[in-house]
Amino acid sequence: MDKQTRNEKYIEYVEAKTPKAGWFTSLFHAFVMGATICCLGQMFSDIIRSFYPMMDLLTLGSWINIIIITLTILLTAFGCFDRLAKYGGAGTFIPISGFANSIASCAIEFKKEGLVFGIGAKMFYVAGPVLVNGVAYSLVVGIVYFIISLF
Amino acid sequence: MLEALFMYLKVILVGGTICMIAELIVIKTKITPARILVIFLMVGAILGGFGLYNYVVDFAGAGATLPIIGFGNALANGAIAAARVDGFFGALSGGLIATSAGIAVSIGLSYLVSFFVSSKTKND
Repeated sequence: MDKQTRNEKYIEYVEAKTPKAGWFTSLFHAFVMGATICCLGQMFSDIIRSFYPMMDLLTLGSWINIIIITLTILLTAFGCFDRLAKYGGAGTFIPISGFANSIASCAIEFKKEGLVFGIGAKMFYVAGPVLVNGVAYSLVVGIVYFIISLF
Repeated sequence: MLEALFMYLKVILVGGTICMIAELIVIKTKITPARILVIFLMVGAILGGFGLYNYVVDFAGAGATLPIIGFGNALANGAIAAARVDGFFGALSGGLIATSAGIAVSIGLSYLVSFFVSSKTKND
């Protein structure tokens, strides 16, 4: 089998394996999944606020993030999150659940490569860029704000 | 009661629309999800740095804080708020302090979970 027929066969195989849903359907799925996760977060925020009415917004936001992250990691551990991600597409990875799922699934995936260079290093394969960029941006914003506030 | 329902409507609208925009970018340009996460984070940090995203957070609550844009906004806002109190040291530490709880829980719980769960090979 020469290279060209092999490549054609490979492209055929990829097209057979990729889901056939039209782009309008996947947009709708992303909307539904994103809205569901955000509604869940809002529900937990209302519950927490009914118990602790004095909690400030930043702490409340952190608590919502923690709850959604915990749920996501548990779902990932039980292997249910794959199906949600397949359905929701961007609706599952744009909320904080995508960040948590990428850390948990990489940790589970690279467990067999050892504790230090397996879990420890490869855990951040997807989440690392987000953390690195996020910390860098926050430094830039903070320092720029500090310099402006001097004058 | 009606007010609470209206709030959830706003959450659905804002949260869903942000995810839909990301999905549109995925479909139309084939940019990988990790890059889109970083792009959205950058958008959030810029909007947060100018203090614009807080209006969206006031409007839509969890619909604005849960998407990764809200994470970028929290980083920028934390840095600004700490710089106001602690000066230069606050500018360095504030961003991570504001988001540290979420990051710590994701890392710690993932580490714990990975001891108990092994990856299975997919058979489809």
